[in-house]
Amino acid sequence: MEAWPPYVFPTPQGVASALAGTASRGMLALAVWGSLRRLWVGYAIALVSGTVIGVLMAHARWFKNTFGLLVLGLQTLPSICWLPLAILWFGLSEKAIVFVVVMGAFLSIALAAEDGIRNTPGVFVQAARNLGAGGPRLYRTVILPSALPSFVTGMKLGWSFAWRSLMAGELIYAVPGLGYLLMMGRELNDMNQVVGVISVIMLTGLLTDKLVFSVMERALRARWGNQPGR
Amino acid sequence: MNLELRNASRVFSRPGRIVEAIAGIDMSIRRGEFVCLVGPSGCGKTTILHLLAGLDRPTSGEVLADGRPITRPDPGRVLIFQDAALFPWLSVRANVEFGLRMLDMPKRERDSRVDDLLEMVHLSRFSHSWVHELSGGMKQRVALARALAVDPAVLLLDEPFGALDAITRDRLHQELQELWMRSTKTVLFVTHNVREAAVLADRIVVMSRSPGRIVSEHRVEIPRPRQMEDPGIMPLARLVMQDLEEDRDD
Repeated sequence: MEAWPPYVFPTPQGVASALAGTASRGMLALAVWGSLRRLWVGYAIALVSGTVIGVLMAHARWFKNTFGLLVLGLQTLPSICWLPLAILWFGLSEKAIVFVVVMGAFLSIALAAEDGIRNTPGVFVQAARNLGAGGPRLYRTVILPSALPSFVTGMKLGWSFAWRSLMAGELIYAVPGLGYLLMMGRELNDMNQVVGVISVIMLTGLLTDKLVFSVMERALRARWGNQPGR
Repeated sequence: MNLELRNASRVFSRPGRIVEAIAGIDMSIRRGEFVCLVGPSGCGKTTILHLLAGLDRPTSGEVLADGRPITRPDPGRVLIFQDAALFPWLSVRANVEFGLRMLDMPKRERDSRVDDLLEMVHLSRFSHSWVHELSGGMKQRVALARALAVDPAVLLLDEPFGALDAITRDRLHQELQELWMRSTKTVLFVTHNVREAAVLADRIVVMSRSPGRIVSEHRVEIPRPRQMEDPGIMPLARLVMQDLEEDRDD
């Protein structure tokens, strides 16, 4: 008895055996590893550059009025649109995809860092200066921690943009990764593999959320109470 | 530490207008004196505190500590804010410890000092709590401990008990008086509650509404420690209230 043929929507057993097959040939691990490596490299670059740009935007008016405006404009551009440019710059290489990932993530990280720093309550700065904090120390002990709730929100948003950009990039441009595996499923008309890889992509996103960001958010809620940033 | 304002004015420019917060204030506070500054909201009381804390500079005139101009904040003069301004990312303990860290005090010394302070403000049990877990009164106690940690000669308090219930406030009045009587600290306490001023102060300075000027001064001779219910408090509070009312009629 079947409601629809398996090439329209596969059975759980079919998906499981397709995944088991891909896994046994070592391809699944290779794909997950390849995607995650690109993701973390790109995300790490985005985290560092986004933070630096966010700090600059928060403090230097000239920077905010020039580069900051550009950042806002760029935010409206889906990051996969950078792929053609990246391929012209870096050639058909890993670097091109990593570049797309960076462009997807760093904007929201920069904007969140700027927002968090700008919204540091004045009384925190006054209280800290009054107790002898100043210069880089004031920054480290008060302004950065105070910006943390906003920054973590930006990190999470940046991560999800990075993940989407990476999948889009891998679908278009063949390198060992989950996107490529997905595309191969389509080329082989193998619905089991398509759905299998989709579930692996979802699972990876879910795990990152639970293992990384939920932990951070819980730590913030413990400190700030139910309204981080207030 | 002796504090003094000489013909001090502070003007703020806001979009489209200029606000004169205080105008030509002359005031001095002797070392070890407890002065309460009362006045209507927006009369520049907080501006005076910020000037004395070194968080702001006068537009004209002078602000002096022991005869020297105050140009920047100093742990010798600590301001306690209306809403406590505790750091939410630090535990109660780490908040109290903050100023000591800034002074680069060794860890062992810091630890024992923080223990003493927490005991003094009856919060030893909450040493490892987060700020948002505390009640308003407890937050102000932590703010007091954080300020006292650096052993300032001057305490500046900006309506610290304004948002508290009467019972908590009365208890904190007792604690603050006891603490002050045991020390040689100079205190400037800003409030709009005239009875609170009568309970706490050696001298009450009354300010007019914007721009802030000094209208009158009252010396308080009632023996300490005082309480809200003491017989001398109400008559004195009424006198101060009259000064405030007259200012309103002008």
